Amino acid sequence: MGLLSDPVRRRALARLVLRLNAPLCVLSYVAGIAWFLALVFPPLTQRTYMSENAMGSTMVEEQFAGGDRARAFARDFAAHRKKSGALPVAWLERTMRSVGLEVYTQSFSRKLPFPDETHERYMVSGTNVYGILRAPRAASTESLVLTVPCGSDSTNSQAVGLLLALAAHFRGQIYWAKDIVFLVTEHDLLGTEAWLEAYHDVNVTGMQSSPLQGRAGAIQAAVALELSSDVVTSLDVAVEGLNGQLPNLDLLNLFQTFCQKGGLLCTLQGKGLQTLLLMVLRQASGRPHGSHGLFLRYRVEALTLRGINSFRQYKYDLVAVGKALEGMFRKLNHLLERLHQSFFLYLLPGLSRFVSIGLYMPAVGFLLLVLGLKALELWMQLHEAGMGLEEPGGAPGPSVPLPPSQGVGLASLVAPLLISQAMGLALYVLPVLGQHVATQHFPVAEAEAVVLTLLAIYAAGLALPHNTHRVVSTQAPDRGWMALKLVALIYLALQLGCIALTNFSLGFLLATTMVPTAALAKPHGPRTLYAALLVLTSPAATLLGSLFLWRELQEAPLSLAEGWQLFLAALAQGVLEHHTYGALLFPLLSLGLYPCWLLFWNVLFWK
Amino acid sequence: MAAAMPLALLVLLLLGPGGWCLAEPPRDSLREELVITPLPSGDVAATFQFRTRWDSELQREGVSHYRLFPKALGQLISKYSLRELHLSFTQGFWRTRYWGPPFLQAPSVWINLGRSSVMSSQGSSAPLSTSSTPPTQSLPLPPSNPWVWPMTLTTTFCAMLCCRGRWSAPKTSPPGRSSCPVVPRASLISFHLLQAGLSVLLKADRLFHTSYHSQAVHIRPVCRNARCTSISWELRQTLSVVFDAFITGQGKKDWSLFRMFSRTLTEPCPLASESRVYVDITTYNQDNETLEVHPPPTTTYQDVILGTRKTYAIYDLLDTAMINNSRNLNIQLKWKRPPENEAPPVPFLHAQRYVSGYGLQKGELSTLLYNTHPYRAFPVLLLDTVPWYLRLYVHTLTITSKGKENKPSYIHYQPAQDRLQPHLLEMLIQLPANSVTKVSIQFERALLKWTEYTPDPNHGFYVSPSVLSALVPSMVAAKPVDWEESPLFNSLFPVSDGSNYFVRLYTEPLLVNLPTPDFSMPYNVICLTCTVVAVCYGSFYNLLTRTFHIEEPRTGGLAKRLANLIRRARGVPPL
Repeated sequence: MGLLSDPVRRRALARLVLRLNAPLCVLSYVAGIAWFLALVFPPLTQRTYMSENAMGSTMVEEQFAGGDRARAFARDFAAHRKKSGALPVAWLERTMRSVGLEVYTQSFSRKLPFPDETHERYMVSGTNVYGILRAPRAASTESLVLTVPCGSDSTNSQAVGLLLALAAHFRGQIYWAKDIVFLVTEHDLLGTEAWLEAYHDVNVTGMQSSPLQGRAGAIQAAVALELSSDVVTSLDVAVEGLNGQLPNLDLLNLFQTFCQKGGLLCTLQGKGLQTLLLMVLRQASGRPHGSHGLFLRYRVEALTLRGINSFRQYKYDLVAVGKALEGMFRKLNHLLERLHQSFFLYLLPGLSRFVSIGLYMPAVGFLLLVLGLKALELWMQLHEAGMGLEEPGGAPGPSVPLPPSQGVGLASLVAPLLISQAMGLALYVLPVLGQHVATQHFPVAEAEAVVLTLLAIYAAGLALPHNTHRVVSTQAPDRGWMALKLVALIYLALQLGCIALTNFSLGFLLATTMVPTAALAKPHGPRTLYAALLVLTSPAATLLGSLFLWRELQEAPLSLAEGWQLFLAALAQGVLEHHTYGALLFPLLSLGLYPCWLLFWNVLFWK
Repeated sequence: MAAAMPLALLVLLLLGPGGWCLAEPPRDSLREELVITPLPSGDVAATFQFRTRWDSELQREGVSHYRLFPKALGQLISKYSLRELHLSFTQGFWRTRYWGPPFLQAPSVWINLGRSSVMSSQGSSAPLSTSSTPPTQSLPLPPSNPWVWPMTLTTTFCAMLCCRGRWSAPKTSPPGRSSCPVVPRASLISFHLLQAGLSVLLKADRLFHTSYHSQAVHIRPVCRNARCTSISWELRQTLSVVFDAFITGQGKKDWSLFRMFSRTLTEPCPLASESRVYVDITTYNQDNETLEVHPPPTTTYQDVILGTRKTYAIYDLLDTAMINNSRNLNIQLKWKRPPENEAPPVPFLHAQRYVSGYGLQKGELSTLLYNTHPYRAFPVLLLDTVPWYLRLYVHTLTITSKGKENKPSYIHYQPAQDRLQPHLLEMLIQLPANSVTKVSIQFERALLKWTEYTPDPNHGFYVSPSVLSALVPSMVAAKPVDWEESPLFNSLFPVSDGSNYFVRLYTEPLLVNLPTPDFSMPYNVICLTCTVVAVCYGSFYNLLTRTFHIEEPRTGGLAKRLANLIRRARGVPPL
C-alpha cells in the first residue's frame, strides 16, 4: 500500500497500467478462459467423497423385491390414465390407501400469463395426490419426499408404479424415523410448485390451490423419479434447480454410492469437458431441470433420477432401481441433521468428480479483471485529461486540487442511464402487459405476440437517440463517452460479479461474451465492426449461441431455422418460467444486463 | 436408548414381596386393568392402568414402612410436601383425526408438578377442602430453584428432563402449579419388570414396535370417605400403546392378545385386588353381527365415553374359571365382515400445526383448529409456549374462521425474555360449527450465541405443541358415576356435565431451523478475515484520509538554516 501512497510510485504504476493495458486485458481474458477449460483436469477436480457421517457407509440391506407389483401398478395406472385422460385421482387414492398410507389430495389451478405453446396449456387445473407413511413412535417433525411428476403426455407410468410398490414395501418396515411423503403431481412442475407452496403455506407465484389437509413436518430431502419404461439401461441424474441452485453434494454422493453398490450404470450426460459445458449451460439457464428443482427454494435437498432406455445391451429392471431408491431413503432416514456437511456450490465434470467453488471462481475473476483494468485506464485517462490542461502551463502549484473528478460530468450521464433503464423496464413489463393490444392489431397468437413484442422492444433499444448529452451539457466529447463507458464498465462488473456468486455458470457465460466487446467499445475506429461484435455478444445473441452450443454438445446440431424456432420458444419459456416458478433469468436480463449493454451501444454511437 | 425406557415405576410397584401376613388389614390396595380399543382407523389401542391406593397421610405421619406404594415416590411426597404429580413420557404422536380423541392425554413428554393449595381430584365430585392439610412449618420449604424439580425427577425416573429456561405457569391453571408442558426429545433410560398379572403382557420388543407409546405416573390425594375427613394417596401408573394393524395384521383388522403382545395371560397378579381386561366391542353400524370376541365374555359393561355410548366385554382374571380352563387367556377379536375400507369417522375436534414460509429470517406459526360438529359451536382454550429464539410479532396474530376474523374472547400474552423464559400465549376461541379456524402468528428467527447452539444445530430446534382444552358437545348424555366403583379407565374422562365432555389435545411439535453458522469454518474465517482486515484496513484508511503535498527538495543546508534563524529573529519571512 506504500506503493499507492507514494505519488512517484503511484504515477509509475499508473503509467504501467496505461501503457500495458491492452496486453494485460488480453492476458487476463485468456487466463480466465484457460482456467475454466483446465477445470476438467485432475489438479483442479477432486474425487467426490461423503462428508455426512450419518450416511457414511452403505451398510443397509435392500430388500425391495416388488418388481412385478410395480409393473402391475404401472399398467393399471396407465390404463386408468388413458381412460380418464387425466391423472386418475380416485384410483391413486384407493391404491395408496390400500397399501396403508394416509392419503390426501390437493386441487390447484393457474391461469398462465399467456398460452404455453410448448406444453400446450393456458388455463391449468389439476389435482395432486399424496400419501404419507407415518413413522412409528415419531411425532411427524421430519419427513422425506419421493415425488413423481406426471405431465399431460402418458409418460412416467412406470415411475408411479415403482412409487406405489416402494410405498407398499416401506409401509411394512418398522425402522422409519421420518415420515415419508409419496407425491404424484399433475401438470409436472406446475403441480409440484402448487404442492410446495401449499405445504409451506406461501403464495409466491399466484397459484390458486386448496390448503393441504395433511403435513409431515420439515422436509429433509426429496427425490424425484422419472421412468417411462419397464427396463432401463442407465439412470441419469439431474441436479440443476431453479435459478441455478444445486442440492448438497452429499445427496449426489449418496445416489452414486448406491449405484455402485447395486451395479447400476449412473450417468451425467457427456464426457469430460462436454459434461462440464452441458452442466454450465443447464445451470446458466436458471430453469429447474426436473421437479426437484423447485424443492431447492425451500431448502430441501433434492435431485431427479431419470431412467434412460437406450440401445445398450445390458438392462436393469425396476427392482434394481427400487433397491437403489430404498437404500437412499434408508440412509436419508438415518440423517440426524439436514444435509449441510458437503458443498452447495460445485461443478461436475463427471459423476464422481467435482470442482469446488474455491477452484472455479478464479476463472470468472480473471474475466472480470478485464473490466476492472479497463475502468482503471479510463479513470486515469479522465484524470490526465483534466491534468493535461494545466501541465503545459508551467509547474502546477502543490495545492492545486485534482479537478477532473468533478469534471467527469455526471449530468451528461443521467439521460443515457435513464433511457436505457427505461428500455429495460419496458422490456420487462410490456410484452406480457400488451399482448392483448398486440393480438388485436396484428394477426398473431398471444404467445407469438409476447415473443415478437419482446424482440421488437429489444431491437428498438438500439435505435434510440443516443446523442442526448448534447442537449444537456457542452463538454469535451471525449470526456463524455469515457465517463459513460466508465460507469457502464463498473455497472457491468458489479452485475456479473453478483451473478457469478449465486449462479457461477450464468455469470461466467455472460462474462465470456460480454467482457471483450464491452472493453473494446468506443466511438472511434472501425465502428461497424464494433457494432456487429456488440450485437453478436448482446444477451439475446448469447442465448441464441448457447442454444446452438447446447445442441452441438448433445450431438444433435441445429439448422439455422430450427435454431431460430428454438430461440423463440426459449424466449417464451423464459418469460413463462419467471411468472410460474419465479425464475429470475428474465428479469435479470431485461432489468439488469440489457440496459447495461445498451450503455455500451450508446458509447459506440457517441457523437 | 429408545429400547430401554423406564417401566421402572412398575418395578417399584411390583417389587414388594408378596404373601406377607400382616396382623392388621392392609391399608393399601392395587387394581390393575387393561382396556383394548379398536380405533376408527383399524389400529388397536391398549391401555394398561395400575392403581395403588394407600390410606395413609404421607405428609403428616412419619411413614417408614412401605408395602405396595413405592418408597421413592412416597419420600418425594413427604419431603417436598408434594400435593400432586403428573408425569408422562410419550414416544409418538396421537393422531386424533384417525384415532379419535386420546384416552390418556399427553404430548411427547409432559411434566406437570402440581403444588396447588386447593387439592382437586379429577373426576371426583367432592374435592378435598384445604383445611384438612394445613401446611406444616416443619416441612422443608418447596424448592424455589426451578432446576431442583427436574433434577429430582430425573434421578427418580432415570430420565433426562431439562427445560430450557424457567418452567412456566399458564394463567388459567391454579396458582402454585409449575409445569413444563413439553420437553421434546427427552431421553430415558432403565427398565425393570416383574412378571405377574397383566404386566406379563409388557414385553419390551413388542411394545416398541408400536405406533404410539406413552407411559405416565399420576400421584394425587383422594378422599377416603364421602365427607373427606381424611385422605388417601393414589398412585396411577398407565401405559398406552397403539398397535399398527397394518403391520401386525397384514392388512386385516382382526387381532388377538398373542398377536399383539406375543404373550397370553396366565394368572392374575397375586397382589391385586382387581385384575380385569376390558375390550371395546361397540358396533358402530347398529348391526350386531360384525365382530366376534373369543372367548365369549361373561359380562359386559356399558357407559358413555367421550360422548358416545360404548360397550365393553369384561374378563376378570380373578375369576378362576377364566384362566383355569385352558391355562391361559388369549382374547381374540374377529371381524365377520371386513369393515369397509372407507375414511374413518372424524372426531369433532382435531388440530394441525405447522411452520409456514421459507428462508431463515422469518416464518409463521399456523395452527388449524377443526370443528367438524355439524351444528354446535364450542369454545377452545389454546395454550402456546414458544421458545424465546422465535421472536413473535404479536400484532400479526390473526384468527380467521370461514374467511372472517374471529376475535378471541380472552387473550393472555406473556412476552419472552431472552434466555430466561419462553413466550406464553393463551386464547379462548369460539369455533363455529363445521369450520376450520386458522390461528397464525409471524416470528423472526433469532441468532443465538455460538455457544448456545446444540451439538446438532442443523437438525433444527423444537417448538413445543400447542395445548387445546375444550368442552366438546357429546352425542349422548352422560350421567356422573361414582368413579371409585367404576372401571379405572372411566375416571380418565372427566365429565363436566351431561352434554359436554372434556378433551385436551396436543398438536404436533415443530422443528424450526435457525440461522446456523457453519461450525467447521469459524477458525478459517476468523483467521482469514482478521488478516485481511489488518493488512488492508490500515493502509486504505491511511490512503483515503491523508492529503498529499509535494515536498520541495531541501536546498542550502546549514547556511540557509542559519540565515533563516537570523531572519526570524529580525521578523522577516524566511527564505
